[in-house]
Amino acid sequence: MPDAILSLSNITKQFGSLLASDDVTLDLRPGEIHALIGPNGAGKSTLIKQIAGEIQSDSGNIHFDGQLINEFDAVARSRMGLARTFQVSSLMPEFSVLQNVMLARQSVSGKVFRFFRPVLGDKSLVEPAMAQLERVGLADRAQMRAADISHGERRQLEMAVALALEPKAFLLDEPMAGMGPEGSKRLTGFLDGLRAQAPILLVEHDMDAVFALADRISVLVYGRIIATGTVDEIRGNEDVKRAYLGEEA
Amino acid sequence: MTMNRETLINSILAIALVAVPLIAMGMDEPFIITLATKVAIFAMAGVGLNLVLGFGGLVSFGHAAFFGIGGYAAGILASHALNYEPIMESPFLIEGTTQMIVIWIVALVVSALVALAIGAITLRTSGVYFIMITLAFAQMIYYFAISWPAYGGEDGLSIYVRNGFPGLNTLDPISFFALCAVMLGIVMLFSAVLIRSRFGLALQGARQNAQRMTAVGIAPFRIRLVAFVISAMITALAGALYADLNRFVSPTMLSWHMSGEIMIFVILGGVGRLFGPLAGAALYIILEHLLGGVWEFWQLPLGVLLLIVVLFARGGSVGVLAGERKHA
Repeated sequence: MPDAILSLSNITKQFGSLLASDDVTLDLRPGEIHALIGPNGAGKSTLIKQIAGEIQSDSGNIHFDGQLINEFDAVARSRMGLARTFQVSSLMPEFSVLQNVMLARQSVSGKVFRFFRPVLGDKSLVEPAMAQLERVGLADRAQMRAADISHGERRQLEMAVALALEPKAFLLDEPMAGMGPEGSKRLTGFLDGLRAQAPILLVEHDMDAVFALADRISVLVYGRIIATGTVDEIRGNEDVKRAYLGEEA
Repeated sequence: MTMNRETLINSILAIALVAVPLIAMGMDEPFIITLATKVAIFAMAGVGLNLVLGFGGLVSFGHAAFFGIGGYAAGILASHALNYEPIMESPFLIEGTTQMIVIWIVALVVSALVALAIGAITLRTSGVYFIMITLAFAQMIYYFAISWPAYGGEDGLSIYVRNGFPGLNTLDPISFFALCAVMLGIVMLFSAVLIRSRFGLALQGARQNAQRMTAVGIAPFRIRLVAFVISAMITALAGALYADLNRFVSPTMLSWHMSGEIMIFVILGGVGRLFGPLAGAALYIILEHLLGGVWEFWQLPLGVLLLIVVLFARGGSVGVLAGERKHA
C-alpha cells in the first residue's frame, strides 16, 4: 500500500445513544479520489467534521501527513494542509467573492496580524486569489458580494477558497449539492483533474459523479463502513445493494 | 453611488464638528465649545467600541471600564503631581505628572493590560454571555473604585488644573477642543486604516462566519482579542481626555450607564460605520441639551429614537442618510 496522506483507524463517535461513527477505518492515498457514500444520516458529515477537527472523536487515531493529529484543533489541521468544503456553503456573505478567497490566501501567507497596509492593494494576496477564481470560472464575479451570487456560484466559490489554501488533501462535503446537471458535469470534470494536485475525500450523493470519479469507494451505513473497494467491486457488492443502492443499481 | 453619499455625509459631519466651536468662539459662547469637545471625546470612545461592536460583532457592555481607567489615569497622576506625593517610592520612585502625553501613555498601557485579561476570559463566550461577562467585569472595577478611599471613593477625584500639553494652553476652551478634535481625527484615521488591513479583513470575517475562519486556518479568538485590546485603548484615551475636560473623575465614568451611553453613540450613529460614533455622539449631545433644557424626561424620546433605529435603520443615522453599504 502506498503511504496514505490521511488515515483513520478505529474512529468512534457517539452522540447519546446514537453511534455516529462505529469503528471507522479509512485512508486517503496520494493521487486518488476516495468517495464516501451512504444513505442520509449514515454519519458522513460527522466523519468529515472529525477529520477536520471540528468535533473530537471518542476513540481512534487520525494520522495526516505523517503526524498523529488527534489533539490538533480545526485551525491547526487547516494550517497543516487539510482543506474542507461545507455541505451548505459557508462563506463570508458581506465580503466580495475576491475577499473570500483573499482571506484564505492571508492564512496561507501566515501574516494575518498586519495592521496598516490596505489589503485590497496587496498584490501578493489579490493575484493568487484571482488565479483561483479563474480556475473555477468565477473571475467575472470577483467584485460581487458573496451574498448576491447564485447558489451554484457559491458552490464554486467554496471550491476556490479550498483551492486557495493549497492543501495536501481535500475534504469535499457534497460539492455537487444543488448544482444542477450542467454544473455537476462541469465540476466532475474539474475534480477529475484536481486529484493530481492533491487527493480528495469526496462525500457525494450524485452517483453519476461518484462512479465517474472515484478510484475507491467506501460505503457508510449507520456509522459503519460496510465495504471499501473500486467502483466495480462496490457495484457488485450484495451488502451495498441491499443497504443503499437499491435493486436497480 | 452610495459610497460617495456616505463620504459626503462624513465630510459634513467633520466640517460641522470644527465649524460649530469656531462660530461659538466668535460669538463668545464657551459652553458650546465645551459641548463640541464633549462630542469629540464621546465620538472617540465610540470609535473604540465600534471596532469590536461594529466590525468585530462583539457586543461589549463593559467599555466604561476602559473609559474610566483612562479617566483615573489622568486623575490619579495629576493628583499626585499637584500634591507633590510620589505614587511609589520603593523599589523605585514613580511620581505623578500633569503632562497629558505621559498620562495618555499610562492610560493606553493600563487599559491594554486590563483588556487583555478581560478579553482572554470573556472572548471564550459569545452572545448574551459575552454581554453579561463584560458587564460584570466593568462593574467589578466600578465597585473597586467606589470602595477605594485613597482616590476619593464614591466622591471622585478633582483635577484642580487641567493637565498640560506642550505648546498649548489647555485651559483655553478652543485650544483644548482642537486637541481633542485632532486626537479624534488620528483615532478615526487609524481605525479606517485598520479595517482595510489584513487584520481588519480577518476581524470582519470573524464577525460574519467563525466556522469559515476556522476552516481557512485563522483562529477567531486571537483576532478578537487583539481587536478588543486596541478598542479598549482607544476608549481609554477618550476617558483621559474626558477627565481633563471636566477636571474631575468619579466612579460614574466606570458605571454601566456609561457603557450603555457609549453603545448608544455607536448604534445611533451606525454600527460598523467609520463616522457612526461621531454622528451618534453629536445627536446624543444635541438631544440632551435641546430637550434636556426644556424637559427632564428627555431620555424618553432618546429611547424611542433608539428603538426606531434598531428596528428600522440598522445602519443608524449615517446608514439612513447614506443608504445601504456595499461590501465591506
